[in-house]
Amino acid sequence: MMPTIVFGVLSVIIIGFALAMVLSKNLVHSAIFMAATFVGVAGIYLTLSAGFLAAVQILIYVGAISILMVFGVMLTRRGDISASNLFNKRIISGVVVSAALFIILGRLILTSEWFPSSFSVPESTVGPIADLMMNAYVIPFETAALILLAAMVGAIILAKGARRTR
Amino acid sequence: MITLEYYLILAAALFCIGLFGAVAKKNAVAVLMSIELMLNSVNINLVAFNRFLAPSQLVGHVFAIFVIVVAAAEVAVGLAIVISIYRDRFSTEVDNLDWLKW
Repeated sequence: MMPTIVFGVLSVIIIGFALAMVLSKNLVHSAIFMAATFVGVAGIYLTLSAGFLAAVQILIYVGAISILMVFGVMLTRRGDISASNLFNKRIISGVVVSAALFIILGRLILTSEWFPSSFSVPESTVGPIADLMMNAYVIPFETAALILLAAMVGAIILAKGARRTR
Repeated sequence: MITLEYYLILAAALFCIGLFGAVAKKNAVAVLMSIELMLNSVNINLVAFNRFLAPSQLVGHVFAIFVIVVAAAEVAVGLAIVISIYRDRFSTEVDNLDWLKW
């Protein structure tokens, strides 16, 4: 009974804040609603017994990406902030496409046959994740480090403005 | 009893909300936020599949971590591009960013 209630509350939080984020006219409010959605997703990770991922979610999404978004909002603001996040003229087609995709996905999910495993989750997930990352997935791990470095350098150059060579 | 389908439906709903935002929003920063929502729903899917179909292997968690890494890189570069364009054009509306066309 308890997991059902927790899942229901988290689902309401996630869907409600995500809808509020998309429908809000104020871009700063949208950023705050997005952070709340990410907290709800971290709770979902906890119900899936993925504690390490929940911590990573809080640290990176709520801590870093939301703050980065607020910086982006503040640095590009122009005009009235209370009408900074309006819809464009594709709102009707957007609703239609999203609703159709949701119906298709829901039907596929409900008609598919899943084969749940009978194994249990390891007691602690941190050690096995470290083992996987440092042994089986060490090349993707190093590539991810390179991606982060390249993205950091690229973001600095793009935001600073490259010097023109004559 | 919460089964795999509940998590998949939740992730599908979150993905569709993000898709709607990415299609129908004017501001480029809002589009980036919506893309973050979509990436988050993919992460929910990965972790839920890992939990219910192969809980002893944790490969889904590693995949989710790589998705988070790519999302962080994407949002940093995306915001830098938005700021750079804003400095040039004084606008972040995606409908105005139309000079990359033949």
